[in-house]
Amino acid sequence: MIETDDKARRGTAWIAALLAALLALAALTGCASRAAGDTARGAARAIQNKGSDTLVNVALAWAEAYQKVAPDVAIAVTGGGSGTGIAALINGTVDIANASREIKSDEIAAARAQGIEPVEFVVAIDALAIIVNHHNPVDRLTLPQLADIFTGRITNWKEVGGRDAPIVLVSRESNSGTHVYFLEEVVRLGDPNNRDIFAAHTLMMPSSVGITSEVSRNPNAIGYDGLGYVTAEEKVIAVARDASSPYVLPAVETAADGSYPLARNLFMYTAGQPSDEIAAYLDWIRGPEGQAIVKALGFVPVTEN
Amino acid sequence: MANLNDFAKARTAQIALRVRPMGVWLRRGRLETLIELLIRLSGVSTIVIVGLIFLFLLREGLPAFLDIPLRQLFGSRWYPIEGFYGIWPLLVGSLVVTAGAIVIAVPLGLTTAVYLGEIAPVWQREILKPLIEVLAGIPSIVLGFLGWVALAPIIQSLGAPTGLTALTGSLILAYMALPTIISISEDALYAVPKEYRDGALAIGATQWQTIWRVVLPAARSGLAMAVMLGIGRAIGETMAVMMVTGNAAFIPDLGLDLPLHPVRTMTATIAAEMGEVAQGSLHYNVLFGIGIVLFVVTFAINLVAGRLVGSVVRRRGGQL
Repeated sequence: MIETDDKARRGTAWIAALLAALLALAALTGCASRAAGDTARGAARAIQNKGSDTLVNVALAWAEAYQKVAPDVAIAVTGGGSGTGIAALINGTVDIANASREIKSDEIAAARAQGIEPVEFVVAIDALAIIVNHHNPVDRLTLPQLADIFTGRITNWKEVGGRDAPIVLVSRESNSGTHVYFLEEVVRLGDPNNRDIFAAHTLMMPSSVGITSEVSRNPNAIGYDGLGYVTAEEKVIAVARDASSPYVLPAVETAADGSYPLARNLFMYTAGQPSDEIAAYLDWIRGPEGQAIVKALGFVPVTEN
Repeated sequence: MANLNDFAKARTAQIALRVRPMGVWLRRGRLETLIELLIRLSGVSTIVIVGLIFLFLLREGLPAFLDIPLRQLFGSRWYPIEGFYGIWPLLVGSLVVTAGAIVIAVPLGLTTAVYLGEIAPVWQREILKPLIEVLAGIPSIVLGFLGWVALAPIIQSLGAPTGLTALTGSLILAYMALPTIISISEDALYAVPKEYRDGALAIGATQWQTIWRVVLPAARSGLAMAVMLGIGRAIGETMAVMMVTGNAAFIPDLGLDLPLHPVRTMTATIAAEMGEVAQGSLHYNVLFGIGIVLFVVTFAINLVAGRLVGSVVRRRGGQL
C-alpha cells in the first residue's frame, strides 16, 4: 500500500518536472520568436486611442482603413468622452486622446506634472445640431434663446413660439467634450466672463444615443448632438447667431463656410511629439484618405475650412 | 512517512472520539490546529478587509470634507466641472428612489411570501418558487434596459414631463429587491413551528386571523431582516438606476408628484464621473466623499436593522 503510494507520487513528480520543462521551453521560444518579429516589422504593440464619443465612429473607421495602408500597425479605439480620453493620456494609459473640445489649462498643468507635454492635432470639424421631437412645431431658435432655454430662464415652449408645454432639457454628462463646448458657446454665448451653467433639472445622458432616443420619444425634449449622430427620428433646428441674423441648418457645407454658428474643431492629442509610427498615422488621417472618411461619416473635413 | 503516521494517528483519534470523546478533545492533533487556524483566519480576514476598505475610503475621501466648507458640500448644486460640489441633491435623489422602491417592494414582497408560505397549494408553490429565483438571476443592467425601453414611455404617458424619473428607478429597484424579500420572508414563515398554527386554528381562529395575529408576529425578526436586505440591494444599485432616472442633480419640491421628477443618485454620480477625474484632484476626493456618505448610510441602516431584529427577538424570547 505504502509502496504503491510512493510509486504514484514519484510518477506525479516526473510528470510535473516534464511539464515545467515544456513550459520553460515554450516561454523561451515564445520570447525568441517575438524578438525576431520585433526586429522584422517594428514594434508590434497596438496604438491605444481613446476619448470623445463624438469622434469614436470616425476614429474606428480610420483605424479600420489604416489596416490596409499599414497592415502591421494595430490600433485599438475606445470611447468614453473627451475628459476620459485626456485623463487617460495624463495617466499614461493611451497614445492618442480624442477630444471634441480643446484641452483645458488645468489638464495641461496636470499633464506637465506627470512629465507629459500634450501636442494638439485638428483632425475634423463637427457641426453641433440642436434637435427636438418631430411633433414639436418649433423649427428655428437663436443662440440667446438657446442660452435662456438651457439655463432655465425659459421653461415653456410657448415663450419661443411653440405649444404650451414644459421644456425638457437633455444634455450629455459633464465628462463629454460636447457638453463643455455647448456650455461655453451656447449657455455662455462664448463670453469667458459669463458664469452661467446648465439648469439643475437638465437630464444628463451617459451617451449620444441616450440623447437621440429621449428626444425622439419625448415631444417636449430639446437636446444637442454631433451632426454625425442625428438620425431621421429627430428634427434638426435652424440656428441664428441673433434675432437679426439668418437661420441656418447644420450641414457639411454650412459648417465649412462658417455660416452655421455651432461648428467646432475635433482634436487628437498625443503625449509629447509623436513617435514615427503615430506621426505617420496622424499625417494619413489629415491627408486626403483620412479626410474622405470624415466627410463620408457626416463630419466636415479640415482641408475645406 | 510522517504524513502517514499523522493520518493513522488522526484515524485512531477519530475512532477513540466515538468511544471516549472527552479524553480525545484534550489531545488535539496537528491537523486540527491547522484547520482551526485557517477557519479563524478566514473569519478575521473579513474584518480586516472591511477595515481596509473603510481606511482607503477615508484616505481618498476625507480631503473633500476638509477642503470644501461643509455649507458648500451640503449645498444644493452639483456641477463639479465648475466647482459646485453640493451633494445634497444626490443624497435626496438616492433617498427618494430607495424610499419609492421600499414602498413598492415591501408590501408586494411580504404578501407574495405569505401567499407562497401559508395559502398557495403545493403545486403552485412548485411553479412560483423557481420563477422567483429566475427573477433574482436577471442581471441588473437588463432590468435597466427594460426600464429604459419599456417602462419610461409608460411613465411619460402618465403625465410626467419625461419618462426618466425617480419613479421609474424605484420600480426597477423594487423588482430587483423583490426576490430577496420574498425568499427570505418565506424562510422566516417556514421557520414558525406548525404547532402555532395548529393551536390558533384549534381555538377557532380563521386562517386570516392565524396568519395576521400568530404567524406574522412570530416571524417578525426574519421579515425585518428580509426587508433590510432588500433595501441594501436597492440603495447600492448603480447601472440600472443610471439608465432610467435621468440623472438631473435637482431637488424636487415636496408634493404628490415628487416621484415624477428626474433625480441623480449618489451611486450613478460616482459611476458616471469616476472615469473623467484626474487622480488626486478635488473632484476625485469628493467622489470618494460620496462613497463615505453612502457607506455611512448603509451602515446606519444595518445598525438600525440589527437593533430592530435584536429587540424583537428578545421580546419574543421573554414571551415564550
